[in-house]
Amino acid sequence: MEIKAIGCEPLQLKRMHIENGHTLKVYQETGGYEPLKKALKMAPADVIEEVKKSALRGRGGAGFPTGLKWSFVPKDSPKPKYVVCNADESEPGTFKDRYLLERDPHALIEGMIIAGWALGASTGYIYYRGEYRYLIDIMERALAEAYDAGLLGENILGSGFSMNIYTHTGAGAYICGEETALLSSLEGFRGHPRMKPPFPAVEGLYACPTVVNNVETLTAVPQIIEMGGITWRDLGTEKSGGTKLWSVSGHVKRPGVYELPMGYADMEKFIMEDCGGMLRNDKKLKAVIPGGSSVYIMNAEQIIGKKVTMDYEGLVEAGSSVGSGGFIVMDETVDIVESTKNLSEFYKHESCGWCTPCREGTDWIVKIFDRIWAGGGRPEDAQLLLDIVDNIEGKSFCPLGDAAAWPVQSAIKRFPEDFKKWIAKNGGN
Amino acid sequence: MAAATPTTYTDQVKYTDEIAEFSPEVIEEMRSHLKKYPPGRSRSALIPLLFVIQRERGYIDNPGVNFLAKFLGLEVTDVWETATFYSMLNLRPVGRHHIQICKTLSCKIMGEPEITEHICSRLGIKPGETTPDGKFTVSLVECLGSCGTAPMMQIGFDYYENLTKEKVDEILDSCD
Repeated sequence: MEIKAIGCEPLQLKRMHIENGHTLKVYQETGGYEPLKKALKMAPADVIEEVKKSALRGRGGAGFPTGLKWSFVPKDSPKPKYVVCNADESEPGTFKDRYLLERDPHALIEGMIIAGWALGASTGYIYYRGEYRYLIDIMERALAEAYDAGLLGENILGSGFSMNIYTHTGAGAYICGEETALLSSLEGFRGHPRMKPPFPAVEGLYACPTVVNNVETLTAVPQIIEMGGITWRDLGTEKSGGTKLWSVSGHVKRPGVYELPMGYADMEKFIMEDCGGMLRNDKKLKAVIPGGSSVYIMNAEQIIGKKVTMDYEGLVEAGSSVGSGGFIVMDETVDIVESTKNLSEFYKHESCGWCTPCREGTDWIVKIFDRIWAGGGRPEDAQLLLDIVDNIEGKSFCPLGDAAAWPVQSAIKRFPEDFKKWIAKNGGN
Repeated sequence: MAAATPTTYTDQVKYTDEIAEFSPEVIEEMRSHLKKYPPGRSRSALIPLLFVIQRERGYIDNPGVNFLAKFLGLEVTDVWETATFYSMLNLRPVGRHHIQICKTLSCKIMGEPEITEHICSRLGIKPGETTPDGKFTVSLVECLGSCGTAPMMQIGFDYYENLTKEKVDEILDSCD
């Protein structure tokens, strides 16, 4: 598996190939914790301002501007404030955070301390998906090193600012990647999302002001402080600042984690050259899911010769979105009915059951796919599926419903031949 | 008031008031989890503590749940409420080696079906089942964040990636 930067100097991936890059010693030798020293000399409001200028958007999937999110935290609240890192990486096709957590844990610690300073938060939690247990062990060692060096705990580096960071484990639930469900889970409850508003920035963990940020979002913060928000932004585009990690899996020769500047010129080049092209030379590209399973699936015609720009605006224009940056590349051997059935099973399994449209709707989608797959496809099935997802999209309590709907909608629209084949099997005409 | 029997697997659980007992070391380990959370927020430790119960008792059993309720000052139903939500918390016994094969899209198109077939035929069980000697349980699970190294599986907490049938044989041979 490849881990490398293309079209930019590695920032997020800076320490991926350095021996012992996960240790404090190597982290500091390579410039680590200098941004923290710089941030602690800045006013908290100025730190937030730099993050705003950077045009950093949340790397977990929703793409919300990070600086704006931070600015929603009330400054005059008498309650304690919290920084929570969302390390519940569970979006199918996404595995970038795993390598950041494995090989560069101090970057996350530093990002969280800077966030804590900016927001006035003296406690941070890192919420890991339960399956990432080995990464918690790595982080515990990194945290111990940071405490020993006076980078965490009381009076950090003599600044008067104090902060503690703790690891916390989930236990297998995709929904806990949704920030309010994550907070429910962190409080020891079922991972049910909460009504917004109030947003976590006002009432989050223990009903206190809380910022929840993805791993890659927080590890970008020291870079932004180090080089300045505008310089970092200009690595990418005006609206999509900086660099971004893309997880690439499926039918390519070189799957892996790639760091690209936002606005990278051509998705076709990325797949066909940077990722080594199709896994099997005689098989053509059929489909790409570019942002984790929840985004619209794209067909080859939307990519080949289209010079798709890889940033928030470019992917929307091309008919999908950045999401979590999880690329799933499929060649012509894949039946899109089967791939969509597979993802629908995922959403059915992961629906938390709280609201009816999502709980019942995802179940019915799978029932219909099962019938189609068993040879019982009917001419009206494509429309039936679209009707069901129309009753989920925008009508569910949290975005999981939308995430379940979009793959089905886009698959039916963009791969009608695959659906026709199955529907016709049962005499559909 | 007696706690309600969990509804999702009533066939599996006989309700008991028995409270599990643990060694002082395990109790100390449990206490160390509580230190992470503010006073009055000990329920936050529930999931980490359920993992301790699972490690010590083999699965989330009724006496273990009763213990946690008492330890955290919760109702027994509070503990069940959380325990029954999460897929990694086993509500029934599993084999010594819990093989969890990722079945989601990237693994699926990169050879998961052949790996699953190979493991199941070698062990003589279907997904969801445990070998009669209690050594292996096979489960199909959703995305484990290892898509670039598909197909993959997790045994216990350990990741095994870029699987081939030969590699699977080696791994299973090394399980005691």
